Amino acid sequence: MSMLCIKNLTKRFGGVMAVNDVSFEVPAGSIMGLIGPNGAGKTTVFNLITGICRPDQGEIIFDEKSIVNLLTHNIISLGIARTFQTIRLFQNLSVLENVLAGRHSRMKSGSLRAMLRTPFQRGEEEAAIAKAVQTLNFVGLRRDAAQLAKNLSYGNQRLLEIARALATEPRLLILDEPAGGMNEQETTNLITLIRKIRDQRTTILLIEHDMSLVMRVCENIVVLDYGAKISEGTAETVKNDPLVIEAYLGTDEE
Amino acid sequence: MRDHSKIIYSTMTVLLAMSPLFLNKYWVDVLNNVGLYAILGLSLNIIVGHAGLFNLGHAAFYAVGAYTAAIFNTRFNIPVLWLLPLCALSAGLFAAIVMRPIIHLRGDYLCIVTIGLGEIVRIALINDIFGITQGANGIFGIDRPSIFGISIRRPHEFFYLIWGFVAVSVFFFHRLENSRFGRALNYLREDEVAAEGSGINVAHYKLACFVIGAAWAGMVGDIFASKMTIISPESFSFWESVLLFTLILLGGSASIPGVILGAFLIVGLPEVFRGIANARMLIFGGAMIAMMIFRTEGILPSRPRRYVLPDESSGESRA
Amino acid sequence: MEEFFQQLTNGLAVGAIYALIALGYTMVYGVLKLINFAHGELFTIGSYLGLTLLTSLGLSDVFGPVLAILLLAAMVMGLVAVVGALLERTAYRPLRESPRLSAVVSALGASIFFQNAVMLIYGARLRVYPLGILPRTAVNLFGIYLPLVKLLILFASVAIMTALYLYIHKTRIGTAIRAAAIDQGAARLMGIDVDRVILIVFLIGPALGGAAGLMVGLLYGQINFTMGWVYGLKAFTAAILGGIGNIPGAMVGGILLGVIEAMGAAYISIAWKDAIAFVVLILILIVRPTGLLGERVAEKV
Repeated sequence: MSMLCIKNLTKRFGGVMAVNDVSFEVPAGSIMGLIGPNGAGKTTVFNLITGICRPDQGEIIFDEKSIVNLLTHNIISLGIARTFQTIRLFQNLSVLENVLAGRHSRMKSGSLRAMLRTPFQRGEEEAAIAKAVQTLNFVGLRRDAAQLAKNLSYGNQRLLEIARALATEPRLLILDEPAGGMNEQETTNLITLIRKIRDQRTTILLIEHDMSLVMRVCENIVVLDYGAKISEGTAETVKNDPLVIEAYLGTDEE
Repeated sequence: MRDHSKIIYSTMTVLLAMSPLFLNKYWVDVLNNVGLYAILGLSLNIIVGHAGLFNLGHAAFYAVGAYTAAIFNTRFNIPVLWLLPLCALSAGLFAAIVMRPIIHLRGDYLCIVTIGLGEIVRIALINDIFGITQGANGIFGIDRPSIFGISIRRPHEFFYLIWGFVAVSVFFFHRLENSRFGRALNYLREDEVAAEGSGINVAHYKLACFVIGAAWAGMVGDIFASKMTIISPESFSFWESVLLFTLILLGGSASIPGVILGAFLIVGLPEVFRGIANARMLIFGGAMIAMMIFRTEGILPSRPRRYVLPDESSGESRA
Repeated sequence: MEEFFQQLTNGLAVGAIYALIALGYTMVYGVLKLINFAHGELFTIGSYLGLTLLTSLGLSDVFGPVLAILLLAAMVMGLVAVVGALLERTAYRPLRESPRLSAVVSALGASIFFQNAVMLIYGARLRVYPLGILPRTAVNLFGIYLPLVKLLILFASVAIMTALYLYIHKTRIGTAIRAAAIDQGAARLMGIDVDRVILIVFLIGPALGGAAGLMVGLLYGQINFTMGWVYGLKAFTAAILGGIGNIPGAMVGGILLGVIEAMGAAYISIAWKDAIAFVVLILILIVRPTGLLGERVAEKV
């Protein structure tokens, strides 16, 4: 069964075909990689899935429901979470509060309950904090809970983005270049973390430029070039596909 | 540090509560104005300070509340304090309706729209809209408030009504900002895209903070109307909105003690400089620039929230 | 029909003045992302300086009316430009790395400061420009009589704006200004002296505002120390209407706003004149959230 099913997805920006008739499926419980040279349209695919922009054509089915016309926050509450390529943390808030942002969609208390501080609201708040701390523990940032996000190292900021996404309890986690700016040790730890997340029954879709990471963790890989899908399959298949080799070597990028 | 500030705040509160005993009528009235600005400042603070939305038209919501009170009191003789919920409702509803189509505007575009809204409301009041606002002269003969049959007239009596209202506002706004709701506003202030991408309905929260801020300002409008017994459009000018906006940033954005201090500065400084009559606003303007340069975050900037965390090893820790 | 054209000329003349002031807002906003709330007061200062120079120097006796007005305009623009640069140096430069709202409060403070400075120097009562500098005649254009002063103001503003447009688009410094407006960091990396760009913007913007102040004095003959609030607010509206940061946008927005106001006052209701501009602004922003000529920049995610 597929967790996410993308059919004939197309998006134009002015005259540029950012995404051109792309179809692929992400099997439930798998780790899938989306790769391609710079400007291939990978991040646009992510933005289309998470409702940040709308496709011109095509269908996005998450868990058998179309999510094309939903707003981002609704898509998140259905069970998709993402990180951003350019780190987008709430820099002036604490690490804990960043993770609590992810808890938001799983909580109910509004302004009235907050003002009256009802028992329900207090219980919910405590549970959210406990869950956030647990998530921080999971990614290894428990000790930094009280720090401001902007004071974390680059690698830890990436981890915090993952923690914030995980706090929404997603069934599908979308990671946009999670290893960007990480050193080798951090990348190795990240691979362990990604596997650990999958083992908790979260499906993962990721964009990454670090090919060693992609080849090591991704069970399936989709390759985009100029907005179109040029190859799909296991790491082995994709690595030997002449179209892929040409796309990567035939250009000056990377 | 924390105990230290607790002592300071308690001492200030006690001093303030006793101040009518040794201050004359004039200065008590000044304190009453400080109180009104403090509540208005708190109501604007959740919009400007917490959500980071650029609202320079808050006087419009204040005006809707004040005029609701004035109209219902003078026409139907409903006691002003009973009108508090109605004033909150009308100002909140007004905000919900007018802000709804424009809430998605970014930064400075939202700013000019709120300025425009403030001006439109003021001009509408001057032009006696719907034939109920009585034009530029305003509405007079508004009743004084009364509690348990005791009429509140003198500044010393108003002092306890107004500062009681300040205390209630602090109580509720403190709770509001330390909650899921308050955090959501901070997230969207920091990064709208990331907030939406974390599952927060950004448009909803933007509108919600306007509605709550407006409703609260509407209630202040009620108190103001009954204190003055006469209201006119000139009390709700762009200048009022500017003062409210300024007091938040002078005192400390998103900081309750900061906003209250800001109210003291905004009302108090021109009073203190009254001796140099004409030049006082000149000095005031210069002081605004100097304060922003030397204390960019305001005098009492907001501090990070504290959370009690369940700890692996020892007792509780703070975050 | 005659009434219509007269209103149109009114609107165009006032709109041209709005446009001149709006340019100051939009240029400063372009490079600093700051709403210079003190800009309206620079306009007021221009108006009062014009009055002082006009009454004290007696230029028209020496040079004749045309040359005198040109000289006067040059002096006013130069002096207000200096005030603008001083404003930037004292109130804005120290806050360049601070949160945006702090700079806005500084700007509001500067506005209050200038307004009261003008009041202390010139008094709170309205002041009158001496009559007879410009002939109060009407010109017959295609059978319609239009006041000469308004046509001259229109002509002068269009000339100034054309010059500015050419300056921004045809010179090296103009290119630097446009580059800094698009991306200050990148402009700096390309070797553009951004501090110099900011200084130039704070010379040109206030100079244009000062010129507008002089025009209002000549047009209406009466000035007061609070008029900067009203004109500033209208001009800021115009800048947003056109798309803030966009120079042609400020020109279009200003003229459009002037015409809408004049027509609204004439054909709808004069009592609602000031509200009409804002209603139109809000309606346009609902349809085009970044103004008429503002770019729809999708944020990069």
